[in-house]
Amino acid sequence: MVKEEQEESSNRPDNTAFTQQRLPAWQPILSASIVIPMFVLIGAAFIGVGVALFITSRDIQLQELDYTGDDSEHPCFKCRTNTEKCTCSMTFSIPTLFKGPVFFYYGLTNYFQNQRKYGASKDDNQLYGDLNYFTSPSTDCDPYTRDSKNMPIVPCGALANSMFNDTFTLSHTVNGVQKIVPLDGKGIAWWTDYNIKYRNPSITPLINAFNGTKKPTNWPKPIYELDTTDVYNNGFINQDFLVWMRRAALPDFRKLYRRITHDDYAAGLPAGNYTLTIAYNYPVHSFNGKKKVVLSNVSWMGGKNDFLGIAYIVVGSMCVVMSIVMLIVYARFKFGEDD
Amino acid sequence: MLRRRLNRLFGGDEGRVHSRTIYVGHKSCPPNEAYIPPKFCDNRIVSSKYTVWNFLPKNLFEQFRRIANFYFLIIFLVQVIVDTPTSPVTSGLPLFFVITVTAVKQGYEDWLRHKADREVNEYRVSVLEDGRRIRKMSAKIKVGDIVEVEEDETFPCDLILLQSSRDDGTCFVTTASLDGESNHKTHYTVADLESDLQYLSATIECEQPQPDLYKFVGRMHIYRNSQEPDVRSLGPENLLLKGANLKNTQKICGVAVYTGMETKMALNYQGKSQKRSAVEKSINAFLLVYLFILVSKALVCTTLKYVWQSKHDETWYNEKTQKEKETNQYLKMFTDFLSFMVLFNFIIPVSMYVTVEMQKFLGSFFITWDKDFFDPEIQEGALVNTSDLNEELGQVEYIFTDKTGTLTQNNMEFIECCIDGFQYKHGDGSSELDGFCVTDGPVNKIQQKAGREREELFLRALCLCHTVQVKESTKQRQDQNDQFDQIDQVDGLGLDHGFLDPPQKEMGFIASSPDEIALVKGAMRYGFTFLGLESKNMKILNRNKDVETYELLHVLNFDPVRRRMSVMVRSKTGDILLFCKGADSSIFPQVRQEEVERIRMHVERNATEGYRTLCVAYKHLSAQEYARADADLREARLALQDREEKLMAVYNRVETDMILIGATAVEDQLQDEAAQTMEALQGAGMKVWVLTGDKMETAKSTCYACGLFKKNTELLELTLRTLEDGGRSREERLHDLLLEYHKKAVQDAPPVKLGITRSWSVAGHDYGFIIDGASLSMVLSSSSEPNSRRYKNLFLQICQNCTSVLCCRMAPLQKAQIVKLVKNSKGNPITLSIGDGANDVSMILEAHVGIGIKGKEGRQAVKNSDYAIPKLKHLKKLLLAHGHLYYVRIAHLVQYFFYKNLCFILPQFLYQFFCGYSQQPLYDAAYLTMYNICFTSMPILAYSLLEQHICIEVLLEHSTLYRDIAKNAMLRWKLFLYWTALGIFHGLVFFFGVRFLFSNPALQDNGQVFGNWSYGTIVFTVLVFTVTLKLALDTRHWTWINHFVIWGSLAFYVFFSFFWGGIIWPFLKHQRLYFVFANMLSSVSAWLVIILLILLSLLPEILLVVLRKPRGPHARQKKSSAGDPQSPQSPARPLLTRTFSDESNTVI
Repeated sequence: MVKEEQEESSNRPDNTAFTQQRLPAWQPILSASIVIPMFVLIGAAFIGVGVALFITSRDIQLQELDYTGDDSEHPCFKCRTNTEKCTCSMTFSIPTLFKGPVFFYYGLTNYFQNQRKYGASKDDNQLYGDLNYFTSPSTDCDPYTRDSKNMPIVPCGALANSMFNDTFTLSHTVNGVQKIVPLDGKGIAWWTDYNIKYRNPSITPLINAFNGTKKPTNWPKPIYELDTTDVYNNGFINQDFLVWMRRAALPDFRKLYRRITHDDYAAGLPAGNYTLTIAYNYPVHSFNGKKKVVLSNVSWMGGKNDFLGIAYIVVGSMCVVMSIVMLIVYARFKFGEDD
Repeated sequence: MLRRRLNRLFGGDEGRVHSRTIYVGHKSCPPNEAYIPPKFCDNRIVSSKYTVWNFLPKNLFEQFRRIANFYFLIIFLVQVIVDTPTSPVTSGLPLFFVITVTAVKQGYEDWLRHKADREVNEYRVSVLEDGRRIRKMSAKIKVGDIVEVEEDETFPCDLILLQSSRDDGTCFVTTASLDGESNHKTHYTVADLESDLQYLSATIECEQPQPDLYKFVGRMHIYRNSQEPDVRSLGPENLLLKGANLKNTQKICGVAVYTGMETKMALNYQGKSQKRSAVEKSINAFLLVYLFILVSKALVCTTLKYVWQSKHDETWYNEKTQKEKETNQYLKMFTDFLSFMVLFNFIIPVSMYVTVEMQKFLGSFFITWDKDFFDPEIQEGALVNTSDLNEELGQVEYIFTDKTGTLTQNNMEFIECCIDGFQYKHGDGSSELDGFCVTDGPVNKIQQKAGREREELFLRALCLCHTVQVKESTKQRQDQNDQFDQIDQVDGLGLDHGFLDPPQKEMGFIASSPDEIALVKGAMRYGFTFLGLESKNMKILNRNKDVETYELLHVLNFDPVRRRMSVMVRSKTGDILLFCKGADSSIFPQVRQEEVERIRMHVERNATEGYRTLCVAYKHLSAQEYARADADLREARLALQDREEKLMAVYNRVETDMILIGATAVEDQLQDEAAQTMEALQGAGMKVWVLTGDKMETAKSTCYACGLFKKNTELLELTLRTLEDGGRSREERLHDLLLEYHKKAVQDAPPVKLGITRSWSVAGHDYGFIIDGASLSMVLSSSSEPNSRRYKNLFLQICQNCTSVLCCRMAPLQKAQIVKLVKNSKGNPITLSIGDGANDVSMILEAHVGIGIKGKEGRQAVKNSDYAIPKLKHLKKLLLAHGHLYYVRIAHLVQYFFYKNLCFILPQFLYQFFCGYSQQPLYDAAYLTMYNICFTSMPILAYSLLEQHICIEVLLEHSTLYRDIAKNAMLRWKLFLYWTALGIFHGLVFFFGVRFLFSNPALQDNGQVFGNWSYGTIVFTVLVFTVTLKLALDTRHWTWINHFVIWGSLAFYVFFSFFWGGIIWPFLKHQRLYFVFANMLSSVSAWLVIILLILLSLLPEILLVVLRKPRGPHARQKKSSAGDPQSPQSPARPLLTRTFSDESNTVI
């Protein structure tokens, strides 16, 4: 490949450190005297972090309620195959104060939101509020691009079409009286999704932008009516919509539904009996999915996750064990030689 | 290319006619006959490959013929045609980049060729037509045109010299651009031509074009006045080659015989066959494994997808489109398979080829840059002709070295001579005027001298029997209308920069062989000075300061078969003498036997002492004898066919019945540090074979001097001498000897396993093997086929168990045969040939690695070599330091590349199990594309250029380190499996570590959840950091460049991720990564899991490094610095201390 021209005889090779491969170099040697203390230190640090994580994770409270209704005794059993509007309610009790802020998640299992075609089935330009794409949505959305009358669907695509539409009300039984726990639908989606990535068309009222378009076939109401009470939570920037549009990584997932931030419950949910009322709309029976509601508080590390703490402790212990093994090996074979 | 092929096609057509006929000046000959202009190709030279029109298709076609490029093209096309998970850009961009860079490079090179072609083709030349001079373009020259060339011009095509401006009908040329020889060569006009070429009517009959630069036979028929045509023989001395330059001659006229692509230069313009390194073969093997992994992954996924789909019906939330429903099930399966292939195709990265090429290209600069290779004498450093073999330098097992000019300096010095059995040794001081003193001699003749008459005869012989030219100073040239007989080849082509002897500053000699100069100078010391050759008269200044003149009648050139040369001269008194000099073995049978014994002793003793010996003989020719010889020689020289053979026969007939006068001894000094170099190479486990054309005794003593044979080496000799012992037929004796040596060297030797064969034990018994050319040809071409194979095997086994092998009396082709034999033997050892002369070219081309020494014998070897170095001693650093480092670097590069792509793609594969086998990519397209191009390519490139796992000094000091990497040690399957296992381990850790983290995707302290792109980004971050840090762990030599690229790459990755995720990119369909990276960094859990997984992945690596350390190179370093007891006492003696008598006792 190289065809060096014959160098001029005066062309003595440069005597630089680089050309002579004599650049000053640091030649680290991982010797036992460095590695063993390093391992001990790392091990100790990891065990420390692990214990902290573990304790933090253990202290996170979690209340999980499966409301699929597979069991015939379950209050939601009746709604399982019902296509009509159906409501069911479940009661549960919280033994001690559920420290706030409490986050209200819904969970689905066996739901493949991470399938390629499903995930690609949306039109980001529509969602960015570009009206040109309202009338001619991207073909990525097939078969949810146009309805049977060939009207363009906004927002198009499988992802939007299958938006989760169960709604929940949580009530606290105080002295035999059901008191609704106010749920905060703000701040559940990524800030950047809400403010930048998704935008409503700059037409007021919003409904006018959607002339000549259809709502997704599975939706009971069009996108501009998702939250009629709040302009800033309507249309494409509806936070429930945004949460749904951020695809889950795994088939068993949970998504943030609401936050419980109301003054009365800012400190958490007091011990007592609670009732969860579910407007059961979302069919999961056909694909053997499960639906659940998860109440959880979070810590600095996020939600409850024992894995991280345990993993840290295990890896930390491994480091320590290894350093001991190395010490033994070295004491046996190496020290005599070294000196 | 096409043109050449076409030519070849026509050539085949013409081939039936063995010669071509050329009509000089396009005139019908004899004049009355009808003239049919024959068709020959024009004089256009086309060395370019492309034209503007065919560049794109042809270049693309050639590039995609490379299997790797073709593979990537297929992947790209699949992405374009089939609906695949990643956009065609991800694989199209790198492919486009690679193809463009290569195309630009090749286009540029071709443009340069076009330019050069145009320059040559549009060059204006003078053509004589009907007596007028016409200027026309070089490309328009036709065969038969009479071309005029002026001084310093280049010949536009192959010409037969018709007329020269010099009176003696000669001209001088240099052929520097053809074979690199820069001496002036004399060419002769065809004898007795009309002075006015306009009236010349002649035809030339000559052979069809053939590439041999030094062969040409032809015949010229000159028609005069309708007589029978005169016939002149034409040889290479009449042929002026295209590309050569006219020197010292005002102008010449010549007739074009070969033009354009049929000139000898064009026929020689052929690329060398590509050599491929062992590493490349390993890469291809690994590639197959990865291809298999890729296909099986795609198959597994496709199968599971359909199994899964049979269980999971089409869900309501993800319905199929109408088109999908209508598509044929099997077609769908096939496209799914292709999609998976595309998804996982990154496991075989385009960038590896780019990186390997870059590594080789850039890495080879370190060889040219190395100032240790710079030789102040010739003002040149090392030369790299190919960078494809850098790493092969670290794998050499067998070294085949030439003796003369390689092991020795080819710097001859006349040491002594022997006349009539009396030894004459030149004293140190030049005080003795007569120059003769007797030091020792045959036992019974001590303190005696040969007769004065014999002495002078001998010295005259030395002065006359050669082809040396006297180097004229430029001033002299004008008035001295001298002419030199010239060119012959002794052990190759070559020139010698005639060097000036201090006492005779004004005298310089030019000869093709340094021996001859040494002899002429030796004669000068004894009072006979060769003054030069003037129009066929050789002048000698004799001891009485009288000038003697001899007419040079014939020169019987040297050739390697006869191994002698002769001259015929006529003295002033009219005596015709034949002087002959040559190797003892070729002279002794040709002389009267009575003198032989007296001189044989001297010759053998001299040979044992490592001198080159030549015997000198003479013969008086009677007038009749001369007349007959003269006639025979002329006839043979005219022969159009088998000229060589006929000449040879005449030579042999003339050179008989001569009288032996004496012998000469010339010392060829060893190269600097030859012994140390050989010792180091042997210490590195390489076996050194000396292949020489020289005689056994001389070669043997050189071997002793170089330390190749040691005192305790038992020599096994298989030469004509041993074969003729015992009085049985040679064949039988060969059989017995082979069996006997085999028993000694192979069977009785302690059982050696394959792995240890290289180990060269100090304690064990050393064997050296000697074979000569004649015996070798018996071994290789024994009468019966099964015998031949058996002999070959025995021979190889014996040789492989000997520490050194000496093959003497080798013809160039035999050298190549030996290399080939070893190359193809069991285990396919890597061979290296080193030589300096044209006779080494065949073995240089044959061996895996060919090294040329920029020696005195021209540049043929350098031109054909892969690497050229100025001196033998540089071989040590080239192999032990550069070779070792290059091998380690590229081996690590290859393993690392496969590893990093395995752990890159494995999580993507595993993710399929969690996304319903839907070909969902785990990483964003930008990451998929950039991973190999930007994030992880620079650190490994820097590593593969700069790494010195052991520093150069240590490598040079401890040659045994070279054995650690022998037999492709770093690319064995075991290590490949280790790296693969490591890649799999890392891939599993990355994927499942994050998978468990995502069992609760609420990872932010504000309770928000992460989606699939966050998942991929975390895995990718861990991946980039781990593979980079893994390389950092492997790096033993951290220069600032390493620091810069390793930390720079990581910083770049972080910067890029912020940048890529920080902007809504208008050209993207989906803003998948928008703020994903920034959000990931806002989560403590993500940080913690990244740190955890990186450490967990690297833990075993660190542990291994520490535990392996006691056996590692550093330990050895430490140990050896304390005084390695293993390193044997240096057997290197001062160069050629003349005390081999003790050692020669061990010789048979």
